[in-house]
Amino acid sequence: MPEPILTIKNLTKTYGQNVIFQHLDLTVNEGDTIVIIGPSGTGKSTLLRCMNLLTRPNEGQIWLDDLEITAKGTDEDQVRQHIGMVFQNFLLFNHLTALGNVKLGLTKVRHMSDEAATDKALEELSRVGLADRADHYPGQLSGGQQQRVAIARALAMDPRVMLFDEPTSALDPELIGEVLEVMRQLALDGMTMIVVTHEMGFAREVADRIVFMEKGYIVEEGSPDEMFNHPKFDRTREFLWKITELYGKKEKEAK
Amino acid sequence: MDFGQFISYIASGTVYTVGVTLIALPSGLLIGTILALLYVYGGKVAARVMNLYSTIFRGIPPLVLLFILFFAVSKGINLSAFLAGSLSLGMVSSAYQMEIVRGALLSVSGDQLMAARAVGLSRLQAIRYVVLPQAVRLAIPPWSNEAAIIIKDSSLVYALGVQEILRRAQLIGASSQRYLLAYLSAAVIYFLLVYATTRLLNLLEQKLSIPSNP
Repeated sequence: MPEPILTIKNLTKTYGQNVIFQHLDLTVNEGDTIVIIGPSGTGKSTLLRCMNLLTRPNEGQIWLDDLEITAKGTDEDQVRQHIGMVFQNFLLFNHLTALGNVKLGLTKVRHMSDEAATDKALEELSRVGLADRADHYPGQLSGGQQQRVAIARALAMDPRVMLFDEPTSALDPELIGEVLEVMRQLALDGMTMIVVTHEMGFAREVADRIVFMEKGYIVEEGSPDEMFNHPKFDRTREFLWKITELYGKKEKEAK
Repeated sequence: MDFGQFISYIASGTVYTVGVTLIALPSGLLIGTILALLYVYGGKVAARVMNLYSTIFRGIPPLVLLFILFFAVSKGINLSAFLAGSLSLGMVSSAYQMEIVRGALLSVSGDQLMAARAVGLSRLQAIRYVVLPQAVRLAIPPWSNEAAIIIKDSSLVYALGVQEILRRAQLIGASSQRYLLAYLSAAVIYFLLVYATTRLLNLLEQKLSIPSNP
């Protein structure tokens, strides 16, 4: 029986009158890769940001393992150490080298010695294939390299879960592959991952479960086979067909 | 009196000019930075108070403020005209420097703060290790402008009787009746001080610039 690592119950987020999502339930088991898909503006990114408390939900609960992180008095900084996040636009610290980016959390949050942090950071950078770029600044790296550094930065904290918010959407088509490859390897290594993406190839191949969200609700979730080949709802079929067509074309153009 | 003596009498005021600047500029930076951090990160009430502070201090001529602060300060504590004048000028400058630092802080994208929080840094750590180092770099060009202004405005303390460059130029101009030469000498010294300072800050800006590919 797989253990749930992240449990979301009855989660609601509103901005004033504007309901982003309502009464949302989701369970993520250890080692799972969950891919969340859906049209833009359906609250996927907001959902991810609620999971590591960058955004506070209005209602509902989230558990990380046995700890309710939405409980009053939770140490948010403590929680975020255990939940890595990768952003669409990389968000590397511009004034620090690749190594500095990966080290910052280790020295300031985990209070590692400079030497130990350097070793660990180099290890994480080799994991994403960028040990030779350790002394490069973000401005000297390609988008794909920046995103891999961002992944290494998140991994360095030894997170329980990794959140990916459209990690390849800001990349040129020819740079997408290197980032997806790192993520694929990560999933194979058993990392628990929640990925918001439009990369259907990745979803089909790597996801244990695909979650289709629309207008603040989870319309349908299931294995890639169920979702691609026998979706229960027409809306799911329609969306998947559209997105595959659209991005399939882009992939061909890139080649 | 020969020409050399004439010039060196005025030039010896440089010690005071530089001294006033070296007190006013850093004290203004310290106060300005703290106020800017409160302005940007301290919530609505703090932002309003800071805005008021900035509006008032920037809305009054520096010389008028200097007199007010000088007489207020020297009533309370017994300070020399030099020290009281320098600190007063620092306070005048703090409002301008607050705006410089505030602009720089706001220019660093809020996403940088969010990314730092996502790694697990506290808000304070994120500001200190991620936002401030980037803001400092952005603040150097406008700050260099403020440094030039303070060097020149240090001449205002002449009104308090401090024997700085302008005061000396006036005195020796009066006694020798060579006003034009006296003030021209003062102008050259001020210019050299400002020029050297802005050059130095330019170098600092280049040295601290973050490498990136064109």
